[in-house]
Amino acid sequence: MNPAYSVILFTTASGAGYGLLALLGLTASSVGQSPSLGFAITSMVIALGLITIGLLSSTMHLGHPERAWRALSQWKTSWLSREGVAAVVTYPFALAFGMTWSGLYSAPDAIAPLGLITSGLSLITVFTTGKIYATLKTIRAWHQPLTVPVYLFFALASGASLHLALSALFARAPGAIAPVALIALVTLALLKFLYWHAIDAAPRDHTMANATGLGANVRQWEVPHTTKNFVQREMGFVVARRHASRLRGLFFVLLLCVGLLELFATFIPLISIAAFFTMLIAAWVERWLFFAQGEHVVTLFYGNPQA
Amino acid sequence: MPALPQTTAKKLGLVIDLDTCVGCQACATSCKEWNTQGYSAPLADEDTRGPDPHGPWLNRIHGYEVEDTNGKDSRDVHFPRSCLHCETPACVTVCPTGASYKRAEDGIVLINPDTCIGCKLCSWACPYGAREYDVQEGVMKKCTLCVDRIYNENFEPEDRQPACVKACPTGARHFGDLGDENSAVSQLVKERGGFDLLPEMGYKPTNKYLPPRAKRDTPQAGIEALPKGDGSAMDRLFKLADRLLSGN
Repeated sequence: MNPAYSVILFTTASGAGYGLLALLGLTASSVGQSPSLGFAITSMVIALGLITIGLLSSTMHLGHPERAWRALSQWKTSWLSREGVAAVVTYPFALAFGMTWSGLYSAPDAIAPLGLITSGLSLITVFTTGKIYATLKTIRAWHQPLTVPVYLFFALASGASLHLALSALFARAPGAIAPVALIALVTLALLKFLYWHAIDAAPRDHTMANATGLGANVRQWEVPHTTKNFVQREMGFVVARRHASRLRGLFFVLLLCVGLLELFATFIPLISIAAFFTMLIAAWVERWLFFAQGEHVVTLFYGNPQA
Repeated sequence: MPALPQTTAKKLGLVIDLDTCVGCQACATSCKEWNTQGYSAPLADEDTRGPDPHGPWLNRIHGYEVEDTNGKDSRDVHFPRSCLHCETPACVTVCPTGASYKRAEDGIVLINPDTCIGCKLCSWACPYGAREYDVQEGVMKKCTLCVDRIYNENFEPEDRQPACVKACPTGARHFGDLGDENSAVSQLVKERGGFDLLPEMGYKPTNKYLPPRAKRDTPQAGIEALPKGDGSAMDRLFKLADRLLSGN
């Protein structure tokens, strides 16, 4: 699959934003109002900013961005529509949570329920994003049980890393977030390792023989057009496969760096900012590979023997 | 709208004969010509005079070579590929806007160009590559089964067929109701062993393909060896002529 930068930006930016929002809501539901107005406002602006940048970027890749509102209508069947609905529903709760948690609007009793609801809606939104990919039977590497958990833990690990960096900037003790960040990171590494193992082991049981009905000894001798068509440009992207194993290695090295930087941040808090940016690079590498390694069944009609 | 109809009154579709298709592209060009002024209009190409001409086509003809099992002979098969108007198409259910839908009355899968947002997710969900993105229009395009021809009362009844079917010079494309087991197309599928593409994916395509017929015995490649002489006067005369003409 062609790795569209707008979609990579959307899934990584909004993933970090929703992850941060989920952790802020969860923490606040037990701790209560933020002791620092600056920390609360900055965190909320960054979380909602990342989410908004991501949503806008995914809207910009549409052929008709002005019709995007229509995507909220088909939640009964479409995970993309459900994602849109979940994203829109999260906003007012997140704003109400931000107002009460920061203390801009004083309602101490509302912080815990609003925090929990915001946290839940954030994770639901990331879940629906993962489901868009996991339910596509045409792409074996996406149609996997681990696709959704990887999306969720990516959001949590990058959100926690961002939370640590913000705590450091505002000279606040990271509290329970430091261990959460490390646990999320280790879980993510483990899930991604298992995911890659699963897609390498998954049988490529769709064949050119089944696609064409012409038996096992079929091969392509002529494509139907002189230059690449939309289907090949969008679905036939193969550039990254050659570098896949090296990029996987790079991803784990980057995660290790994030982990070590987050540990060092216990002594020098500002290091957690470097950890967050390393996390972002890791997210880009992983998301790019996720697309580039998504082998589509339609390639069977274009000479690919198995998919 | 994307919720699929439980059943459709008809299952209109195509039956494509891989035995008689000669790969002439008449169906593809007539499809483009009709649909660039019909339901899917415009169907414009990009960079038409440049090095990289491309654009949405609703029907594409592949060329495959099939070797027989002993590896001694092979044949070329021309393979038209377009929307199969599946009974349970994922392209419809993934659509977030309802622009993509399947008609309850005849089973045709269509895109409403006024509500499509051009997110391309339907093209990801389709295993058959039936949907192409139109850069100029910002919406997806696909085979409409010439919905604007087959019910068109301005046409003579014999012309109320998809443009590709009308254009085919070898009669390799057949249009009809595959839900009616007595229809000509259903009978054809039964007689010739028509099959589904990627049946294991479970989308239940309506369109069927007829397999190439078994080849008749064909002589092996190469020129036949000269017959051995019988020693007659005529035979010796030819041998002499052969020698003289060969220059030795």
